[in-house]
Amino acid sequence: MRDAGGHRGRGLVRTIDWSLVICWLVMILIGWANIYASVHSSDPSSIFDFSSRSGKQFVWMITAMGIALLILFVIPPRIYEGFSLPIYVLVIGLLVSVIFLGIEVKGSRSWFAFGPIRFQPAEISKIATSLLLATYMSQLGYRIGRMKDFLITAMIILLPMMIIVLQSETGSALVYVGFIFMLYREGLSGWLIFMIGMAILLFILTLTASPYIAILTLIAVASLCICLYSGRARWWIFIGIPLITLFAFLPEIMERIIQATVAPDVLDALSEGTEGVEVPFIMKVKPLYILLGFTGISLPFAAFQAFRERNTFTHLAIISLIAGVMLVFSADFIFNVVLQDHQRKRIEVLLGMKEDPSGVGYNVRQSMIAIGSGGAFGKGYLNGTQTTYGFVPEQSTDFIFCTIGEEWGFMGSAAVILLYVFLIWKIIKNAEKSREAFTRIYGYCVACCIFMHLFINIGMTIGLMPVIGIPLPFISYGGSSLWGFTAMLFIFIALNRNERKYF
Amino acid sequence: MKLNRENKLLIGLCTAAAILIAKLFSIQILDETYKLDANNNSMVYSTIYPTRGIINDRNGNILVGNKVAYDLMVTPKEVEEFDTTLLAKVLGVSPEFIHEKMQDYHKNRKRIGWQSVVMIKQMPQEIYMKFAETAYRFPGFRGQARSIREYPFNAGGNLLGYVSEVDASYLKRHPDEYKSGDYAGKTGIEAAREKELRGEKGYNIMLRDSRNKIMSRYNNGEEDKEAIPGKDITTTIDAGLQHYGQMLMNNKVGSLVAIEPSTGEILTMVSSPGIDVEMLADIGRHYGEISTDPYKPMFNRAVQAPYPPGSVFKLVNGLIGLQEGVVSTNTHYPCSMGYKFGKNKLGCHAHKSPLSFEESIMMSCNAYYCYILRDLLENKKYASIAEATDKWKEYVQSFGFGQKLGSDFPSELGGFIPDSKYYNKVYGKGGWKATTVISLSIGQGEIGCTPLHLANLCATIANRGFYYIPHIIKDSEHVAIDPKYKEKHYTMVDTTHFPKVIGGMYRAVNSGFGSGGTASIAAVEGLDICGKTGTAQNPHGHDHSVFICFAPKDNPKIAVAAYVENGGFGASYAAPIASLLTEMYLNGEISQKRKSLEQRMLEADLMDRVKVR
Repeated sequence: MRDAGGHRGRGLVRTIDWSLVICWLVMILIGWANIYASVHSSDPSSIFDFSSRSGKQFVWMITAMGIALLILFVIPPRIYEGFSLPIYVLVIGLLVSVIFLGIEVKGSRSWFAFGPIRFQPAEISKIATSLLLATYMSQLGYRIGRMKDFLITAMIILLPMMIIVLQSETGSALVYVGFIFMLYREGLSGWLIFMIGMAILLFILTLTASPYIAILTLIAVASLCICLYSGRARWWIFIGIPLITLFAFLPEIMERIIQATVAPDVLDALSEGTEGVEVPFIMKVKPLYILLGFTGISLPFAAFQAFRERNTFTHLAIISLIAGVMLVFSADFIFNVVLQDHQRKRIEVLLGMKEDPSGVGYNVRQSMIAIGSGGAFGKGYLNGTQTTYGFVPEQSTDFIFCTIGEEWGFMGSAAVILLYVFLIWKIIKNAEKSREAFTRIYGYCVACCIFMHLFINIGMTIGLMPVIGIPLPFISYGGSSLWGFTAMLFIFIALNRNERKYF
Repeated sequence: MKLNRENKLLIGLCTAAAILIAKLFSIQILDETYKLDANNNSMVYSTIYPTRGIINDRNGNILVGNKVAYDLMVTPKEVEEFDTTLLAKVLGVSPEFIHEKMQDYHKNRKRIGWQSVVMIKQMPQEIYMKFAETAYRFPGFRGQARSIREYPFNAGGNLLGYVSEVDASYLKRHPDEYKSGDYAGKTGIEAAREKELRGEKGYNIMLRDSRNKIMSRYNNGEEDKEAIPGKDITTTIDAGLQHYGQMLMNNKVGSLVAIEPSTGEILTMVSSPGIDVEMLADIGRHYGEISTDPYKPMFNRAVQAPYPPGSVFKLVNGLIGLQEGVVSTNTHYPCSMGYKFGKNKLGCHAHKSPLSFEESIMMSCNAYYCYILRDLLENKKYASIAEATDKWKEYVQSFGFGQKLGSDFPSELGGFIPDSKYYNKVYGKGGWKATTVISLSIGQGEIGCTPLHLANLCATIANRGFYYIPHIIKDSEHVAIDPKYKEKHYTMVDTTHFPKVIGGMYRAVNSGFGSGGTASIAAVEGLDICGKTGTAQNPHGHDHSVFICFAPKDNPKIAVAAYVENGGFGASYAAPIASLLTEMYLNGEISQKRKSLEQRMLEADLMDRVKVR
């Protein structure tokens, strides 16, 4: 039997995973309809009017379908493995050159402009990275636990990520963090994910609560891990919990002692900042010093015990703990010096450190109002008052989910999320079923990218994440994004189909 | 299911999706505040103000109507280059005024956005017409019609009251009913019947965009609410008579109140000086001027001023004396220019002596009432003078004195009638006797009563012993009045005693000049006016001129009280004014014989006599 592509094997109908194709089609139609809803009032024309965004999106959709057909029927799936390195190198070249040749859009240099057509290489760098990862990691004898293999893998991911950060597109770079889930599937230790999670938690705790709380949390978690691993859970329950509780109340207790022992006029003088007043000893002793001193004394004992038992885990845990303490002390530095102004503001607003309803918080506030006012069933298509009359910024691109939330309500927005879950689930299932490591790894990469975009984008519109400007796959307005994700998905469908054809 | 890494990742995926959906559930379904915020964002309630109810007089004449005025609205965002000088000329303002306003809008452009703001309030029709002709040259400017009050009769600002924008304290007192920018009746009839007159506001719900530009009607106007116009009300006022009373009291300080005795309906209520109706429609502009006027035109003397009633009060004491049996129609008392007690004397004027009861009223003898009051307070029936005094007060109160009558006119005050407790406080317990308080007999001393009280006394006598609470709103189809205004209030004096007093009042007016009757000047042929003069002593200047009268004697149609501050004798101003009002009401015109008197009253100017602080 021969098919259109000239390959031997089973036919189109039975080899393509139609559920993925239909899912894709439904999503781009949802996107198109909602892009029209978000622009129709300021621009009341037909959905096909090519001067409006909905008309342009229609063009992107048609071309995206062309790309999909090209990938399915013209490009032989076999070539991806062989061409992955050249593609990767080419894309890295594009990423670098866009910094110098691209145009500046909202403070970042990440777009090429060819006349009216704009193109963002970051959208295809995800594909290139995924392909190279799949190629490299599917080689025989690859072991993620081996240092050399791990470092090269990390390099493949970090290189485009860093260039994108240089383009001031931190949001797009954040997506690459999602590859960690693929690495986990391929054997990376779960502790790495755990430690990254801990680092983020410590960072947030340091900024919102205090370094004291952050370090206490760190010690609690580290000691729990050590005790669990070395089979001393009881120790932790009977010694750890009381000690940690005691330390949790230490600042409060110290404050009481100060109130009771230091003369009120000295306190007043100190709070007013009068010079020449000697600070009483009790006020020089900060709870943090006590905690660190206590930890410093007990660490050598733990290390010695671990050495006797040849317990490397405890050593690693102790090193992690010290690294964590250093992170806490450098959090302020990272926050105030490393992060850019707008990023810092977004995090401050998200963490509730600053009330800012008209500035950075305005976008999120308006977005949540739009979605929240949708209620259970929404206001009906084209009837949203918030998205129609421009209260939500960027509503056809990054904030397209607001239109869905407002006009289709909880039912509609939950359905869209479930559609994504279905898509990602299906990709993972297909990836697992595939017999080739290349297809499996590539599939996981696709799933990770879509997942990161989904979670960050929707999380941003409902106030769970800071404002990070990345599109909602297949739904947000924009040619680059639609083409990029379509190509990414259909390469997987093609790879998948290629396998099914012969087995 | 095995807990391999694939499944762990799938569980993670579902957890993440669950977190998103849970958050969606919380903001879309659990939390209502976002829906409110969305409405605040996008909905503009443009208020439709109802037209205020019309105030009619008892004969169907419009006392207070509505007319259209125009506010000049500007939408600064829509304003293009325009000829400032021309606009200033058309509007009758200075070009600087327009410059300043425009600069102000520019400064606040963020806050204003696409909204319209009022540039000039209440332009008269003529100016608006001129503007409308050239409006096409001023894009962004437009006139907005709004209904304001119109006053066909000069019926007196204090009676009608004014309507003005509610202020912060008013909003605090009526938290749910009014919003800033609303108008409300603040005084007079406007305030008394605010609830009926104001109507119900309506609104159009409009949708606006994020720049405050109005985009469309919400839900095609289905949720809009029509304004319900205020109800028209009918007052008891006779517009013509009120106008005439207003003219008579012109350039005098005091009050003129007329009541229809058979119903208690107030026909006329003048407080002079008052707020000119010309100023009433636009009270805001004149408020400063009015409130700093030394003659206090805002002070409604008719219901608020606690005046000493003077000799008019002898009628009350006489009636109580008859009831208590300390005097009868046949009782004669002598008077030699006054009443002597100990070394003191309460003076009287020259008249024949001794006098009968009727003659004492006719000639207004002071001594006669000193005897009566002394007999009342020293009556053996009562254990002590204190008890007798309190009994006396009880009688006086039954005529409505010393308390708010309970009329529907706002801001009525109660005046004051002293009792034993009061005198105990002033003189000490047992430190006073009948002669100490003897001036009560002739309506002096501590007594304070309003012109409305006096008019009500007159109506009570006209009715031979009862009164209806004076009121200003008539029962009409839409507006029901409190049933208490239809109840007869009897005094503690038997109705049989009233004709005896009326006899004296009749003779006071109709005995002719030279007879000794104090109110001959009030006589009108054929009207059988019964009256009583009063001259309230005023330590600060000229005495106050007081007069009450009703007519005709049988089946009275009108009871009048006139109080002219610093007017001298009751017969000098109060009696002519009250009788002219009575004549006008009953005859519709002033007889040829009395034209000169009318002329004199209309022209009299007593303002110089009034001491202002």
